[in-house]
Amino acid sequence: MAETVAHVSRPARRPSLALRLTIAVSLILLLAVTAALYSAWNYGLQAANEAYDRLLTGASLQIAERVAVIDGELVVDLPSSAFELLSLARNDRIFYRVIGTDGETLTGYPDLPPPSGREADAMVYEIEYSGETVRAVMTTRPVAERTLSGQVSVVVAHTIHERMALARDIATKAAILVGAAALAIVLLAYVAVRYALAPLTRVERALLSRDPNDLSPFDIETPREIETVVDAINRFTRRLDRRIGSVQSFVADAAHQLRTPITAIRAQAQLAAGETSPDRLRRINRRILDRSVAVSRLADQLLSHAMITHRTDAEPRESVDLRRVAMEAEQETRSLAEESRAAPVLDLPEEPVIVTGDRFSLREAVKNLVNNAYEHGSPPIVIRVGAHPGEASIAVADRGKGIPPAERGSAGTRFRGKRPARGKGAGLGLAIAHEVAVSHGGRLHMRDTEDDGFEIGLRLPQTEEGTP
Amino acid sequence: MIRLILVLAALMAPVFASADDYDFPAVLGPGRTLVIGSTTDIEIIRPVIEAFQSAYPTVAVRYREETTRVLYAQAEEACRQGAVRDDVVLSSAMDLQVKLVNDGCAVTLSRPGLNALPDYAQWRSQLFGLTYEPSVIVYNRTLISPREAPRDHFDLLDLLRDPERFRGRIGTYDIESSGLGYLFATLDDQRSSTWGRLIEGMGRNDVRLYCCTSEILDGVAEGRLLLGYNVLGSYAFARARENPDLAVVVPSDYALVLSRAAFVPADAANKADAAAFLEFTQTQAGRRILNEQALLFSPLDGREHMFREAGIEDAESRSIRPVALRPALMAGLDTMKRRLFLKQWRDSLGIGAD
Repeated sequence: MAETVAHVSRPARRPSLALRLTIAVSLILLLAVTAALYSAWNYGLQAANEAYDRLLTGASLQIAERVAVIDGELVVDLPSSAFELLSLARNDRIFYRVIGTDGETLTGYPDLPPPSGREADAMVYEIEYSGETVRAVMTTRPVAERTLSGQVSVVVAHTIHERMALARDIATKAAILVGAAALAIVLLAYVAVRYALAPLTRVERALLSRDPNDLSPFDIETPREIETVVDAINRFTRRLDRRIGSVQSFVADAAHQLRTPITAIRAQAQLAAGETSPDRLRRINRRILDRSVAVSRLADQLLSHAMITHRTDAEPRESVDLRRVAMEAEQETRSLAEESRAAPVLDLPEEPVIVTGDRFSLREAVKNLVNNAYEHGSPPIVIRVGAHPGEASIAVADRGKGIPPAERGSAGTRFRGKRPARGKGAGLGLAIAHEVAVSHGGRLHMRDTEDDGFEIGLRLPQTEEGTP
Repeated sequence: MIRLILVLAALMAPVFASADDYDFPAVLGPGRTLVIGSTTDIEIIRPVIEAFQSAYPTVAVRYREETTRVLYAQAEEACRQGAVRDDVVLSSAMDLQVKLVNDGCAVTLSRPGLNALPDYAQWRSQLFGLTYEPSVIVYNRTLISPREAPRDHFDLLDLLRDPERFRGRIGTYDIESSGLGYLFATLDDQRSSTWGRLIEGMGRNDVRLYCCTSEILDGVAEGRLLLGYNVLGSYAFARARENPDLAVVVPSDYALVLSRAAFVPADAANKADAAAFLEFTQTQAGRRILNEQALLFSPLDGREHMFREAGIEDAESRSIRPVALRPALMAGLDTMKRRLFLKQWRDSLGIGAD
């Protein structure tokens, strides 16, 4: 039930990719449409102005042409064709003025202003007149007669209703076109987005339809862009698979490893129950004690191993000085050691040896190697830290024969098969050391020493410029 | 000549002196008042006003009759000073009306009945041509036989070649005092090649000049005049109904058609009723009055009625030139242009400047 609720409420919180893409495309389009409309309006206005300015210019030229000097006086015989031309701007009021050589108004609207000084070059100008914005054109014509010479100016103006209407018309048509195109693009973009995101839906469906226990890699066809996602999912499931596998085999191994000594202890205890001889009883008691210690150590190691496996994934990595790891391992071994044993010897360099990793795991690995050395090797036992080119090492050496060379290759594979544990150790220590080495990006390194001894240790990538 | 001087004197008199006011009280008690300033003869427009009042019984109408120039002067001054005088300005001088609207004196009306008018009969939704009135030639049937009566401008030119018969017995507008006459003259000048010769012919025959259509019609009806040129058809048709001696000719080569133009001034006190009045003239009831009774005819469907009234059969083939309400009409109003045109007119008629 809770799962259903979570599933339903998810889309509300996080918009889908399709929605995001659609919104992005729409925003871009909105921007483009706004720009298109703005330029459409400007273009419409410009086109309308050009068209209607021609009317004005034509009319003013026609009027200027009819300026004559008769009996020494300027006379303008206004052509009605000029007014017909101006009337083509269907709904506009028209104004005109003819200015003589001395700036006097010959005819027309005497208060219609000529262009102001700054606009003198551009003979087309806009002014406020008769309560409206009017657009005006001024044409000048030189007059050179015996009695009269100078410039005659003709100003022709009309209101701007028609040109605004034309500009609006052009802009509106452009807007309808642009709007329709934008709508079509949005729809197509939506379809395109849906098409492009279809593989995601396929992945989702494959994930949902999968059996909960199926941890095999996905084998679905995906486009390059989400291949990495599927790869990541596959890598994750592989890790999960491995983890679950190791947990399962750990449980199986642990059960097997624990059952044998416990069976032995029970057998000894049964034997003791029917035994009366104090000597024999003491021997049996001794054996029971030995086995108990072994079982207890085995349990320790199993827990330690489980802990290390957990920490490999969970714990953050830090800079660790291997010399310090060696000292701590030596201290802990000594405090737990049986009195009969000689404490391990430390062989440390002057300089810090820094690796990146988990101090606890490294210490556990070293402790297990030391215990193994007590178990199988011969004293004196040395914990040695060293730096090699690009590698740091922490190793435990003894005087024993060590692992037989034939088995060294497979050393660290837990329990070395299903061989029952011998003596007090169970070979789990080596597995722990191996696991720690691998999880730190290193390896387990074994060699025979010059003094007929055996050395086993962790070779780890050294951290440059580390701070102790 | 004396008449001309009298007319000029009248023009120079104070503009508001010659008002003829007619009051039409509201049919139902005292209501709103609509003031109409107009150039149309009261007897012609009376049936229109009465029909309007039967549709709008609460509206009282004050009808002020003026000459075109006086009405223009009043409306122009009212517009300039923001004063209120008329709610409707209705004038046959289309050019002056266009000028007033061009100078921003009118309000915009959005009335479906008015928007339906033909394109030439409306401008800026402010100025509306309400009538369809041809300029016609009238003659006296008892003095000119129908056989020799002019049918077009060329026939008239031929008639005028008779050296003695028409001397002092042709009447037309004095275009210096009549705005309508001036408008007809400028349009004739622009649109026909016969105008110059016609004026010269009239000048040779010592043409009589009148301020108003009715005076020309009086002269022709009474036989003082043989013929009247460029007479407003609507008045002529009305007079011809009363007086069978009066014959009306719509020239067959071309006939100018005038639309009495109306607008509502920007500062009108009663804009709503003013707009209603304008729209009413083009309703079915209004058009029936215009077409059948007032003989002003409607731009919408008056053409057929006009030709029927003129007794013309081949109406389809006639060249009719409605005068469009456009700023183009303003060219003739230009002071310098007017001076030049009047000088040319006077020279052609052989009248010296007084």
